[in-house]
Amino acid sequence: MKEHIKEMLHNSKQAFGVSLVLMLICGFAFPLLLTGLSAIIFPHQAGGSLIEVNGKAVAAEHVGQEFTEDYYLWSRPSAYHYNVYNENADGTKTYTDGSEFAGLGSGSNNYAPSNPELVKRVEADMEHFLEKNPDVKKEDIPTDLMTASGSGLDPHISPEAAEIQIPRIVEASGLEEAKVREIIKNNTESKLLGVFGEETVNVVKSNIEIGTAMGLF
Amino acid sequence: MLQLVLTILIYLILVIPVGSYLYHIAAGKHTFADPVFDRVDATVYKLSGVDPQKSMDWKKYAMALLGTNAVMILLGYIILRIQSLPFLNPNAVGAMEESLSFNTIISFMTNTNLQHYSGETGLSYLSQMLVITFMMFVSAASGYAACVAFIRGLAGKSTNNVGNFYSDLVRITTRILLPFSIVGGLLLVWQGVPQNLSGNVVVDTIEGTKQIIAQGPVAALEIIKHLGTNGGGFIGANSATPIENPTILTNMIELYSMMLLPGACVITFGKMVRDRKAEMKEANAVSASHTGAGSLTARFFGREGRTIFAAMGILFVIGLSLCFFAESQGNPALANAGLSQSMGSMEGKEVRFGVAQSAMFTTTTTSFTTGTVNNMHDTLTPLGGLVPMLHMMLNVVFGGKGVGLMNMIMYAILAVFICGLMIGRTPEYLGKKIEGREMKLTALCIIIHPFLILTFSALAVGTQAGLEGITNPGFHGLSQVLYEFASSAANNGSGFEGLADNTMFWNITTGLVMFFGRYLSIVIQLAIAGSFMKKKFVNDTAGSLHTDTAAFPFILVVVVYIFAALTFFPVLALGPIAEHLVLWA
Repeated sequence: MKEHIKEMLHNSKQAFGVSLVLMLICGFAFPLLLTGLSAIIFPHQAGGSLIEVNGKAVAAEHVGQEFTEDYYLWSRPSAYHYNVYNENADGTKTYTDGSEFAGLGSGSNNYAPSNPELVKRVEADMEHFLEKNPDVKKEDIPTDLMTASGSGLDPHISPEAAEIQIPRIVEASGLEEAKVREIIKNNTESKLLGVFGEETVNVVKSNIEIGTAMGLF
Repeated sequence: MLQLVLTILIYLILVIPVGSYLYHIAAGKHTFADPVFDRVDATVYKLSGVDPQKSMDWKKYAMALLGTNAVMILLGYIILRIQSLPFLNPNAVGAMEESLSFNTIISFMTNTNLQHYSGETGLSYLSQMLVITFMMFVSAASGYAACVAFIRGLAGKSTNNVGNFYSDLVRITTRILLPFSIVGGLLLVWQGVPQNLSGNVVVDTIEGTKQIIAQGPVAALEIIKHLGTNGGGFIGANSATPIENPTILTNMIELYSMMLLPGACVITFGKMVRDRKAEMKEANAVSASHTGAGSLTARFFGREGRTIFAAMGILFVIGLSLCFFAESQGNPALANAGLSQSMGSMEGKEVRFGVAQSAMFTTTTTSFTTGTVNNMHDTLTPLGGLVPMLHMMLNVVFGGKGVGLMNMIMYAILAVFICGLMIGRTPEYLGKKIEGREMKLTALCIIIHPFLILTFSALAVGTQAGLEGITNPGFHGLSQVLYEFASSAANNGSGFEGLADNTMFWNITTGLVMFFGRYLSIVIQLAIAGSFMKKKFVNDTAGSLHTDTAAFPFILVVVVYIFAALTFFPVLALGPIAEHLVLWA
């Protein structure tokens, strides 16, 4: 019996020892080591790939934003409005549509394909889009532009979704069509090795170039 | 289509060297990196007071695993409850509530990573590192340790030594998980995954609004989350977010990180069985026809490993095809509303991944029981969502951290038994007779999984507290419940995220399901290995049923599907299948 208790004690000592040591190695030393290495080798990316205009951060390369102006490319719908909000004079925070800002978040509405709310949201968005883009036919609207991404932070739209917005942007911005096309092309990425993934247009980076071309900042 | 075929081909090439490396670690063989790691390990053993040479039988091994996991749960729980301290907490996150802490800690210790909180606001950086990242390493290492012990039991010559748990735990962490994580983590940062300790950033956008952008030590968590088939995200929407998964390249890195080690386990199994057979052949000098290296695949995978790998591969490809096909068809409800569905069903998916890489990720994360998502599963088409649900119900398609292999071997034993009965041959597997005790344990092990999923689902739809979580109307509501418990029992951790699951009911029930789903299976499986070890090898006779033939993987696949149909078909018919029929009517 005494042997038994001794062994149990020995075992729990080992269990505690190994847990603590591994906790320090895996949970503390490893993340700090990676933080240090990243800061030296890839400081821009490690810091969140922020984009600066006139020395001030205005966006992150990989995080989408909500755009409402007619002269900018529009992003896909987002349940969290891309965490973009207004700070009002009374100290409250609201999304651009006036509803209350929920705080930093990510995700989608999680509407099942059979959920009637999904159809309602898509129909409302389509109506708004057609109103602002009178030249576009309903059946030509690409699927991605009217559906919400999984993250609510998707920085991309498909080249087709950029294409059908060009007439609106040209009219509202006063830029030449060729210039707008060039900007979009500059920010279009092809598939990896021509095979993997999809062709994408980065909305945030395109819009910063459009704004620069318009001389807004 | 082409990109899916290429993605799988690259995997098949990558998995072979990783399998060989894992085999060397598991079998204690010499590797090129020994001079470094031997010193590291010796220091770890010394600091933690571990005696790595001591052999353990299956009971001691299981007790050491349970005891160590219990200590880790305790340490993690304490940190979650005191995370509001200002140390490594730039976003001033508060302490986590009890039932949520209970759920979270079980979730991460059992390698499930079901998350009823949102990482951005629910955890401080201290917790993300000391609890989440730490548990991602050790829960994976615990699972692989159990798997390696199980393989030793089945393939070894010893009758009572399955190895030393502490030494397995440390060796797997230091020699596999840590080095892979450092290299992979740096690749992720290079592609744009943040890795810093500063607080969230608020920027002034070019439209004059403000945007808040999450920061933190994301890459460190991200890489081990996949490598250890854990799956819990730093950020609420997980690997769908461009913060955790910004490019197609990070997507491929994350994909292969979760696929490599489970596949490598099967190779380890195959090679260790082959070693034993080769040794026995030498010792007996009897001409056993089924040893030695034959074809190329047999050399890389081992003959028995090849059988298991092939069966898993067939199941995987069938699931992937169905998921990809269903998602490509789009959503008829939106087509009726006038929205073109030419890109497939894009609700809940990212443009950079599209339908193909989303279907690939979805099938992989549920087959390899990771639980990370690069699109929202709740928004998948009914049949596209049926695949991940089914693969968690099967829980044998590769599976994470060695568990899939152990489960598949349960089915192999069952298949051998059934075939033996049908053709009147003695049921034997890996040269040992299968008798009453093993069959009872196997049956018990196989039945626990559906039992947990179905009874708890029934409980949820039978109580008000359970029903309150459902957020989608109609048949999809049942799918949400089923998915949550299938994910918990399979220790997967993905979710139909619409489910409002941060309530007392859901925190406690899923916590229990995760706990039993993990530890009951592991203990029973180690018991089966223990029972196998004590048996004498039987001679290969004309009456033996060979499990390394080309036909056996197909038999195995059929047995898996029949068993799944018998247990899960009724409930799948009421959930996703009914939703599909209504949507396409």
